[in-house]
Amino acid sequence: MSDLDIKVKVDASGLSCPLPILRAAQAMKSVQTGELVEIVATDPGSVKDFDAWARSTGNALVEQDASGGKFRFVLRHK
Amino acid sequence: MTAVAIAPSAQPATEGSVKTKKLVIVDYSGELEKTWATMILASTAGAMEMETSVFVTFWGLQTFVKDKKRITGENWMQKMMSFMQRPGVSHRKLSKMNFMGMGPWMMFKLAKKYNVAKPKDLLEMAQAVGVQFIPCQMTMDLFGIKREDLIDGMGEPVGAATALQLMTEADSTLFI
Repeated sequence: MSDLDIKVKVDASGLSCPLPILRAAQAMKSVQTGELVEIVATDPGSVKDFDAWARSTGNALVEQDASGGKFRFVLRHK
Repeated sequence: MTAVAIAPSAQPATEGSVKTKKLVIVDYSGELEKTWATMILASTAGAMEMETSVFVTFWGLQTFVKDKKRITGENWMQKMMSFMQRPGVSHRKLSKMNFMGMGPWMMFKLAKKYNVAKPKDLLEMAQAVGVQFIPCQMTMDLFGIKREDLIDGMGEPVGAATALQLMTEADSTLFI
């Protein structure tokens, strides 16, 4: 864990594809350029999906980790 | 709590510098499982900031009639058609294992258990992220479906030429 200045936190635990991505995109709309959004998901597919989402949108995936079946992503608004 | 860091492969170097991609989905079949596919891909494409258009035609148009609208059409044949296949996104049938509605009922039960969003929810989410749903004018005429029969937020009805123009300008087109 790091001490990043997270603006919005989204808990997408238990949600199936494509909901974690949809929730993340929604949260990203609520923040400004440079601000960070953290998403926690349990869908194992979300690891590749967040990578694809970041590549496609140009928003940066600045941090990513997994622990106890939970996947955590930190995204920076472009 | 020990966290395993995974090196992010989307490098911030590419941040903000991506070209907007265009996706066209032709929603043709109107069956539950295919409607599900359309809604998942449309909502995700919208969330991926792709310029997404869904051309809604033939059986697919039935999906976009308001759920509470039971009968559409002007003459008895059109009315009969809508009577025999209930319109609306919440009333789609499976192409196999429908079993008089038993199949879809079980699918929705399972979807709820595994937190899978229903086509109706995904449709609303797709609209919220700017996905354009464009009805086919010819299908509307054929089935006697009026604009007020369709859900709110649909685009202007268009024809095959506009649909083809959208497809040829898109990065990818899906016919579902």
